[in-house]
Amino acid sequence: MPLDWIWGLVGGLLIGTAAAAYLLLNGKIMGASGLLSGVLDRSTQGKSRIEALFFLSGLVGVPFIWHLVVGAPDTHLISNTAVLIIAGLCVGFGTRLANGCTSGHGVCGISRLSVRGIIATAIYVSAGVLCVYVGRHLLGLI
Amino acid sequence: MRGLVSFCVGGVFGMGLLLSGMTNTKKVQGWLDLTGAWDPTLAFVMGGAILPMAIAWQLSRQKATPRFGDAFPQRPDPDITSSLAIGSILFGIGWGLSGLCPGPAMASLGFGGGSSWIFFVAMAFAMSLQPYVTNAVTKVIQ
Repeated sequence: MPLDWIWGLVGGLLIGTAAAAYLLLNGKIMGASGLLSGVLDRSTQGKSRIEALFFLSGLVGVPFIWHLVVGAPDTHLISNTAVLIIAGLCVGFGTRLANGCTSGHGVCGISRLSVRGIIATAIYVSAGVLCVYVGRHLLGLI
Repeated sequence: MRGLVSFCVGGVFGMGLLLSGMTNTKKVQGWLDLTGAWDPTLAFVMGGAILPMAIAWQLSRQKATPRFGDAFPQRPDPDITSSLAIGSILFGIGWGLSGLCPGPAMASLGFGGGSSWIFFVAMAFAMSLQPYVTNAVTKVIQ
């Protein structure tokens, strides 16, 4: 437990380094929701779509291989199917409507001092805090 | 080359999420749980990620083009739109309910089991549907 914040910092530096490399090498913003929708959306230009597909392959594939070698990390995922579906719909719809998620608005936006990124982050964090408060402490659901 | 960069960036991003504990929904919900047993890890992850990315934005100003690309991403329109606000609220609700945002949701597909896939399919479905729903709602309002 006391080492958690060190791992958080190490992992965070890896995330930031990946985002930095994507910007300086490919000139792209590393936003997870944007890149996924780039693969899903048929109107995306062929080249961008293939690049996004490569990104997703790395994002899913490398942790998959890691778990085969080292063992699966804890996910503590909820098992309630209805809640998972509602949450997935909210995250999918919301991140596309807002045009970004924790990586795009959060990491890439805040580091650029983008007003949109900072405001989006303040809003989704507040909504998340409120949701956990209501869901956990008032209703005891999550 | 751009494809290889995309794959590596995705892989490093995924490993950063895994090592930092962000694929553990308990830690994410713990960070959002201000009135409960608050878990500070996510703040270290965010800080660690923003630092290299802030340096990258500075470096990008001194260069004409990215290494393997034509141009750096333009600054988006700074307007704070209702889409940004409503989208971020929805995203925050889904994030709080599940402890998953798009990056970790995809990074844990390889080891998170059925729950992980149920969330992912719902998220991808909502992402694909979002432009049509938004169009329909806009028409009704106007």
